[in-house]
Amino acid sequence: MSTVATAPSTTRQPKPGLTDRAKGERALGWKLAGPAFVVMLLVTAYPIFQAIWNSLFSFRLTDPASRKFVFLGNYVTIVTDPLFWLAVGNTLFITVVTVVVELVIGMALAMLMNKVIWPRKTLRTVVLVPYSIITVVSAFAWFYGVQISTGFLNHWLEALTFGAWDVNFNWFGHWWSSMLVICMSEIWKTTPFMSLLLLSGLAQIDGAMEEAAKVDGATFWQRMFKVVLPNMKAAIMVAVLFRTLDAFRIFDNVFIMTQGAQNTTTFSLLAYDQTINRVEIGMGSAISVLLFLSVLLIAAIFVRGFKVDLTGGRN
Amino acid sequence: MPQRRTKRSIAGIAAICITAAGALAACGGDDTSGSAKALTWYINPDSGGNDPNKKGQTHLAKVCTDQAKGAYTISTQVLPNSASDQRQQLLRRLAASDKGVDIMSIDPVNVAEYAEAGFLAEVPADKQEALKEDAVKPIVESAMWKDKMFAAPMWANTQLLWYRKSAAAEAGLDMSKPVTWDQLIEAAKKLDSSIGVQAKPYEGYTVWINALVESAGGHIIANEGAGADELQLGLDSAESKKAAAIIGEIARSGIGGPAMGSSDETASLDLFAGGGAFLVNWPYTWAALPEKGVDVKDIGFARYPQAVQGKESAPPLGGIELGVNAASANQAAAWDAIACITSQENQKTYMLGTGNPAARKAVYDDPEIKKEFPMASLIRESLDAGGPRPATQYYGDLSTALFKKFSPPDQVNEGTPAEAANFILEVLKGEALL
Repeated sequence: MSTVATAPSTTRQPKPGLTDRAKGERALGWKLAGPAFVVMLLVTAYPIFQAIWNSLFSFRLTDPASRKFVFLGNYVTIVTDPLFWLAVGNTLFITVVTVVVELVIGMALAMLMNKVIWPRKTLRTVVLVPYSIITVVSAFAWFYGVQISTGFLNHWLEALTFGAWDVNFNWFGHWWSSMLVICMSEIWKTTPFMSLLLLSGLAQIDGAMEEAAKVDGATFWQRMFKVVLPNMKAAIMVAVLFRTLDAFRIFDNVFIMTQGAQNTTTFSLLAYDQTINRVEIGMGSAISVLLFLSVLLIAAIFVRGFKVDLTGGRN
Repeated sequence: MPQRRTKRSIAGIAAICITAAGALAACGGDDTSGSAKALTWYINPDSGGNDPNKKGQTHLAKVCTDQAKGAYTISTQVLPNSASDQRQQLLRRLAASDKGVDIMSIDPVNVAEYAEAGFLAEVPADKQEALKEDAVKPIVESAMWKDKMFAAPMWANTQLLWYRKSAAAEAGLDMSKPVTWDQLIEAAKKLDSSIGVQAKPYEGYTVWINALVESAGGHIIANEGAGADELQLGLDSAESKKAAAIIGEIARSGIGGPAMGSSDETASLDLFAGGGAFLVNWPYTWAALPEKGVDVKDIGFARYPQAVQGKESAPPLGGIELGVNAASANQAAAWDAIACITSQENQKTYMLGTGNPAARKAVYDDPEIKKEFPMASLIRESLDAGGPRPATQYYGDLSTALFKKFSPPDQVNEGTPAEAANFILEVLKGEALL
């Protein structure tokens, strides 16, 4: 028992004495990744630190003379403001709803794409179409499709309900209906991304295992939960992580459709409003920093909490 | 072999850098600052678009370029559609000292913000008289900031009361005399009809709120030009309460239409065109109604309604001022160009071409204008009596905070103005988000 446990440590080289090969690999690694690392530092680390620095000031772009150091004053203002919590609540709502729905639809699509033999390539291409559309364009498409004056949705609903639906229903006049449209456009647009990631996970499962379960008399759902899902857990978690981070930054749909009216403002939109619209660089930077921290937190929860291995497959 | 690899990687990095540099340079766009004579004019979209053959601002750019005979050339760039997007784009360019912007078409309310930030060049002393001369007073006042002149009036806009003659007669209103909002509300209730207003949470709603407060004799800001800490608002007043009462009554009684809370100029125009009795809107209504199939024989126009019986109304003011970027290298040429663009003749051409009313009064006496615009003298009278929106370097914040607190309109009551005042001050002091 003890020999087994100590075996790996005896075979591993002690750190100071790297072999020439390991040194060479490490040097090559730096050479290959180094330039990208430096560029990353320049384009991401610098703005991040600049934002953190700016967030400590009361600083308005149109009034640079009255720039004033307020330390954490901006953060205090933000976390005590109900508008901020409304934005956070909306963002979490959109994130949870869209990710859950996308996971279910994405999984179904992935399984379909995995099984279908005949129009396989065509199907995969068709499924990808929404994802290839720019988010702003898809947001406008949904906006015009739903809006009273140009929309067709109300007319369809009226026809489907035999006149019970009000043709003049203002979708952007209520919180729930605005949110419904925002979530639907987000789901429509990014489910393909989810299904592709899941498809790659499905494709890695050894068909023999499923076959064996089938022979043993397992039902579809048993095979699904005992064989398929456990074996593609890594792919699912990566897909969910990517989509969660993506959904948490939601901006385009809300910006195009409601601009935050009917209490539909989100985290990113709030940061945009303070920074771009009000040119309150200090306050806007503080919100951006909080957004950044939230994204870090989500990533940490996934990577540490759910043990998502982003380098999956590497030993 | 290893050496060759290094060379290759260096070449690779160089290629990346060159591509990146190229991409960055491409972001700069056309930089016309190098040529002393080439001016770039950022225009707000009008019916002329970017086509010099239609009679919009691009046409005036062409006319003045031809007249200058090589002294300067003007090219135009069209700004986004909405007033707030126009402000944002100009603000970003100005804050970055973009030398590619020489002349700008600015909403009068934004002159204060840009001027306070030092983004606008002052109008040269020898040009001021000619630009102010004969222009309607409020639009000249909007061009001033802290007693200095920072912009040139180009066109001026105001709202009128539009009504159906048959409806007014049925309700027993004498439209030859000034009418009040209360009378209109009574009449609309009696007729079971509507009054078209703008009450969606956007700049147009601030225009309406301000016009009501000004008409009642109040002002949204008591000390214009003050900094955020000293700013005093006039919202907690009897005049503002009267304004709030009018808005609340129209919304709650349903005469503002079924979607009053999301009605802008176009929506309120549609409400009126669809059979409504009254409408307050800009003069383009006159040209827009026949396009919507309305017979204008039954359509009348009158001075903006009074908020208080017997007190002259203060109609809303809009329009466009021309400003010169403080970072522009061609300021002298830019002011020469502005002198040409705002000449009486060109303002007349512009008014005939786009329907946007001229800033110079003499244009309204022109026989051609009188024939084309039967309400020309009413527009001129309204412009002179207009109540400008408050001049403040924080206008964007003030306006947004105001219309947010006044939304939805059916919940506006006597307490709303005071509530809005507190919120505005909190926002300006950095104690609340917007």
